[in-house]
Amino acid sequence: MKRSSPSLLKATLAIVQKDLAAEFRSRELISAMLVFSLLVILIFNFALELDIKVRQSVTAGVLWTTFAFAGTLGLNRSMSVEKDRGCIDGLLLAPVDRSAIYFGKAISNLAFMLIVEAIVLPVYSMLYNVNLFRLDLLGVILLGSIGYTAVGTLLSAMAVQTRTRDVLLPILLFPIAVPVLLASVKASNGLLAGAEFAEVLTPLNILIVYDIVFIAVAFMVFDFVVEE
Amino acid sequence: MIEVKKLVKRFGLKVILRGLDFHVEPGEFVALLGPNGAGKTTFLRILSSLSRPSMGEVQVAGYKLPHEAAQVRARLGVVSHLPLLYPDLTAEENLRFYARMYGIEDQEQRLTEVLEMVGLEHRRKDLVGAFSRGMQQRLAIGRAVLHDPEVMLFDEPYTGLDQDASEMLDEVLRSVAAKGRTVVMTSHDLARAEDLATRFDILSRGVIATSATRDDLKTTNLLAFYKQSLES
Repeated sequence: MKRSSPSLLKATLAIVQKDLAAEFRSRELISAMLVFSLLVILIFNFALELDIKVRQSVTAGVLWTTFAFAGTLGLNRSMSVEKDRGCIDGLLLAPVDRSAIYFGKAISNLAFMLIVEAIVLPVYSMLYNVNLFRLDLLGVILLGSIGYTAVGTLLSAMAVQTRTRDVLLPILLFPIAVPVLLASVKASNGLLAGAEFAEVLTPLNILIVYDIVFIAVAFMVFDFVVEE
Repeated sequence: MIEVKKLVKRFGLKVILRGLDFHVEPGEFVALLGPNGAGKTTFLRILSSLSRPSMGEVQVAGYKLPHEAAQVRARLGVVSHLPLLYPDLTAEENLRFYARMYGIEDQEQRLTEVLEMVGLEHRRKDLVGAFSRGMQQRLAIGRAVLHDPEVMLFDEPYTGLDQDASEMLDEVLRSVAAKGRTVVMTSHDLARAEDLATRFDILSRGVIATSATRDDLKTTNLLAFYKQSLES
């Protein structure tokens, strides 16, 4: 039997494909995230008497609140699937760089979050009569989602080892994700209000730096996080 | 094949393994027996590189742990009481995923060989979530032997299996050992351990209290030896 040492890229792709195949069959994670997101948007729609000006000013806040909480549901579930049947041990026993596990899970989590966002955005646009299909805004949503899942995947790997993982993840995640959420809301707000690109450059730069820093930190510490 | 010297494992202030020495020759089938809380699972997790030793030397297949963990993992197959399989994937998809993680090149041929070995060829397209506990455990063994490891570690593989499933697992374990692999198995099922293993080590209070080969047990049985070891 011929064997070769699997590269970081191959192992990462194997994990992503496995996660997507399992999720498209069970639809547990995406359904939960989607139902939660749509409910939040509907509740805000009924709760706030909104005129056009107010709608534009609250859009970024409502969207990112929805994405952040729905994202936490997804992050928790994604790691629980690995822990509950011991599959995390199966991954850790493979002779691959353990960063591949982090990148694989982070890319899967990002894919799930983007799928939910792709469904939530048109629904939000219809309910609130706000055009969200702008390339610059979609770019901000992508950068924000990358940062959120980058740090969320690392923290969910820590939280899943504990009995109180469902409670612990948001407690750990939200304080650390404050910069990415604030920068995302600020940049989204600016773009929706028709601000010049230069005016949203600062939050955009924060988002890019945050993404790079947390991906690098996770790459360096993931091995220690998952080891007993 | 496995060499452990003065192994200590602590969780906080609690000491689980207290200077344990352990040695396994290539091709040996060692049953590691002991009461609950003796440290059997902790010891197997250290051997499989899932846990770091607090002190001591651990060497598997010629490679030192934890520094050469990747080399050890490539030569190791692990079966625990959990199946380490994804219920929303089919048997074939589960094995193909692990084949990719182990860098197996001719995946389809190997998958068929392994599924035939564990008697699940006819269920290869079925979801693992629909499998009985016994079938999941057989597939778990298939997953563990997929990359043809030199050393196999079994942690309570009979947990939750009925009589028929246990007998089927016996056959699979015999075929795994018959290929000359080195096997270490923890179990509370002394009758099965006596039937399969060539050596019996009793782990008690964090050390190997006593050890006996199959030949040593000719005048007695494993149950008597086990009780005697724990009493002394």
